Amino acid sequence: MSVYEKYEAVIGLEVHIQLLTKSKMYANDINEYGALPNTNISVVNLGHPGTLPRVNKRAIEYAVKLGLAVNANITYENQFARKNYFYADLPKGYQVTQDKTPICTGGHITIKLKGQEAKDINLTRIHMEEDAGKSMHDQDPFDSLIDLNRAGVPLLEIVSEPDIKSAEEAYAYLTEVRKLVRYLDVCDGNMEEGSMRCDANVSVKIKGVEQFGKKVEVKNMNSIRNVQRAIEFEIIRQIDDIEAGKEIPVETRSFDAVNGLTFSLRSKESANDYRYFPEPDLQPIFVTQEYITSMKALLPELPAELFNRFVNDLKLSDYDALNLTDTKAIALYFSELVTKTKNYKAAANWMMGAVKSYLNENALTIDRFPLKPEKIAELIAIIDEGKISNTVASTQVFPEMMKQLDKSPLQIATELNVIQESNSDALQDFVNQVIANNPAKVAEYKGGKVNLVGMFMGEVMKLSGGKADPKMASKLVKETLDKA
Amino acid sequence: MYSFKDISSLHTDLKNGSITCVQVVDEILKSIEEKKHLNIYLETYADSAKEQALLVDEKIKKGTAGRLAGVVIALKDNICYKGHKVSASSKILENFTSLFSATVVERLLAEDAILIGRTNCDEFAMGSSNENSAFGKVLNPVNEKTVSGGSSGGSAAAVAADLCHVALGSDTGGSIRQPASFCGVVGLKPTYGRVSRWGLLAYASSFDQIGPLTKNVDDAALILEITAGKDEYDSTASQKPISSYSKETNAPLAGKKVAYLKDCMESSGLNPEVKQRLEETIDKLKAQGITVEGVDFPYLDFLVPTYYVLTTAEASSNLSRYDGVHYGYRSPNATDLESTYKKSRTEGFGKEVKRRIMLGTFVLSAGYYDAYYSKAQKVRRLLRDKTLEILSQYDFILTPSTPSTAFEFGKNSTDPIQMYLEDIFTVQANIVGVPSISVPIGKDSTNMPIGAQLMAKPFAEGEMLAMAKGIAQLF
Repeated sequence: MSVYEKYEAVIGLEVHIQLLTKSKMYANDINEYGALPNTNISVVNLGHPGTLPRVNKRAIEYAVKLGLAVNANITYENQFARKNYFYADLPKGYQVTQDKTPICTGGHITIKLKGQEAKDINLTRIHMEEDAGKSMHDQDPFDSLIDLNRAGVPLLEIVSEPDIKSAEEAYAYLTEVRKLVRYLDVCDGNMEEGSMRCDANVSVKIKGVEQFGKKVEVKNMNSIRNVQRAIEFEIIRQIDDIEAGKEIPVETRSFDAVNGLTFSLRSKESANDYRYFPEPDLQPIFVTQEYITSMKALLPELPAELFNRFVNDLKLSDYDALNLTDTKAIALYFSELVTKTKNYKAAANWMMGAVKSYLNENALTIDRFPLKPEKIAELIAIIDEGKISNTVASTQVFPEMMKQLDKSPLQIATELNVIQESNSDALQDFVNQVIANNPAKVAEYKGGKVNLVGMFMGEVMKLSGGKADPKMASKLVKETLDKA
Repeated sequence: MYSFKDISSLHTDLKNGSITCVQVVDEILKSIEEKKHLNIYLETYADSAKEQALLVDEKIKKGTAGRLAGVVIALKDNICYKGHKVSASSKILENFTSLFSATVVERLLAEDAILIGRTNCDEFAMGSSNENSAFGKVLNPVNEKTVSGGSSGGSAAAVAADLCHVALGSDTGGSIRQPASFCGVVGLKPTYGRVSRWGLLAYASSFDQIGPLTKNVDDAALILEITAGKDEYDSTASQKPISSYSKETNAPLAGKKVAYLKDCMESSGLNPEVKQRLEETIDKLKAQGITVEGVDFPYLDFLVPTYYVLTTAEASSNLSRYDGVHYGYRSPNATDLESTYKKSRTEGFGKEVKRRIMLGTFVLSAGYYDAYYSKAQKVRRLLRDKTLEILSQYDFILTPSTPSTAFEFGKNSTDPIQMYLEDIFTVQANIVGVPSISVPIGKDSTNMPIGAQLMAKPFAEGEMLAMAKGIAQLF
């Protein structure tokens, strides 16, 4: 048994998501990524003397929606609190956040690793706060530069319980969180641009031991993959250190994506005392049961619900269902498609095959896909009726459908002259002709070389100009050979 | 020079043409210049005031002038006026220009008031004598050897010295009422949330209120009527509709019940002359058929400590933004981010402000939070309950505004505790959030003004103003 197998990891994740509100958390300046530095600002977010915050109602809505989606308890009386610290990108000298009354408590996010049972990762809390500005230390040779466009952008912080046991689970958890916030349209989930950020609290302990190890916080991972890499590295590092007889200090570490390792940023002993206290400039916000009910009604179908429906009602595989629920737009398109065809498996295959390829080749997302779902349903129908083969459908009919969006697949197939010959009289003529032309092969077949059927089939297809219905042709070839 | 009596007479004189806004403004600007040694104004808005005066004169001619037409108003130097400097009498904000106007300023201007300048005050409104200004102390116009009170000392002195018709101040623990009392004018602190704080430089957010200092109660009522009311920029501003305060000042007082705090009258720090004058007031009210009774309030000693724990906690956070990074004073000796903070704040803030930031940081810090901040919050609730209980049985609570009349410079400046005790009667209204007013009730043997303070139920400003007018008329 390897030394690593003696240990298990205990991981909790803190995820910050920037909300897709039009304005900021406590003022009406524009919330938008990528604007010129220090253009989306106001006296409030510049922390000017005499300014006061006011709460963005839309941010409350988004927090409640996310809370409902993860089955959390929604807090009735929401107080805000000040977290006090000095930093150059924090103009007020404090962040307005929530401390004792987070808007959501409890709830969970379900993950499923390949070949394993589904597992719930419990949530501690979700609370509302504002983002700080951005300090840039590498843009100017002499000075640090500060962009306050981000200051005051609404954030939700989603704190998980330490229920995550591996880097893979962390990856799956973040993927689910991202999927969920995108489904809810509350955040674009873009870790590269920082609209979704993750800090990981990682510790290790000997399996079976109750007591948790010392907690290390890892920061600065700008993709889900990098969170996984950082945690993988950190688990090994901590076990190696413990095995080497070293203490694990409680500290904050940063991930170096180039070298795939973490390094110490600061020890917790030098940590700030944030001096939280109730924000006296804001009245508590009350979230009533009526409001929660109205938000519930606005929730879209969520990925887990869609997944279950696809697996249970449409009898799709877990793999297919997962693929088709990857984004809300794909799932919506597919949901509409399956109202127009009963061949769910074929519908899934078309979505994951030709449609996906088309989107990839043209760098489009499904909401920009020009073909209506009913056209794909019609295409599936004429395949099922034996009018065209799958191959012809995907190599010839579908590409033409993408060029002639208004025409029906049948019309296109007719114009392309690819409607299959499934008239058995015509086919029988071709079969008879092929058998008559190849007496030696017929003899070999009779002698036991059954796989020569393929050769006869090929000849029949050739004679028919590719339009023979393969199923029908194969049946006739076998019957005729057996009679010959 | 035009002798200002009240806004109503001013309007009569403006309408009948016996005086113009331009003349009034010119005269006042001249007086300010003549009384420069009182150190009341940090800056006059001479140009914009003269322009506004011309415009308002036109409007008066056309009959389109607002309810404050030609009223010359001074702003305490912690109220923002777009395009004008605001410094809270601190070096750290010297030469800072506000990019926006306070809601109260917008509302005054919308009624054609003329803003004349910004008045000196204790730095960040922290003080009871105006000795904490980075720009020098304000002399009390009644007796130049004594303090004007604080922190709105400049605003009170400006009204008393006829250097404006009305001044706005801010009151966190008595900062309007105490200087009003010292200078012999009327000072009103509205119910917490009655007037928007948007544009008021925060000292202690859950205590601060803007209010008027005036020559008489009617003017205070009109200014309140115009400045009060809900404001989308201040979520702590009440949605409650405002009433026509200016029409309620003559409401009958018969049947009203007034409580005075026995503990307060027996307080050892209370000056005998002040005590005697308050007793006289009580007798005169009784003679008018008004019920006045002594009640117990055994919490007097908790008021000042509760006030200082909570206000300094909030202040320590509110004043974090003055850090030398984004605006305001930055130390020329700073070499990096940390020294920018340390040196800018050390050099930019005065001694009292630093004391309160340190105290507030201490009471909020881990390990002391429960013993100080949390406990003070609990006491605040207790004080509120007890005060509201009295106000459920009585319409008003009557106290002296201050334990003594205006004291001489330097008397309390070496002993912060003694200075803090100057606030003993005034902080209660801010801790509890109820409205309060100080009105002059004559003078002591050295000819220094004495003030009486009333507190009333939340949002009962109308009734309180009527009672205050009644009391002011007794002397």
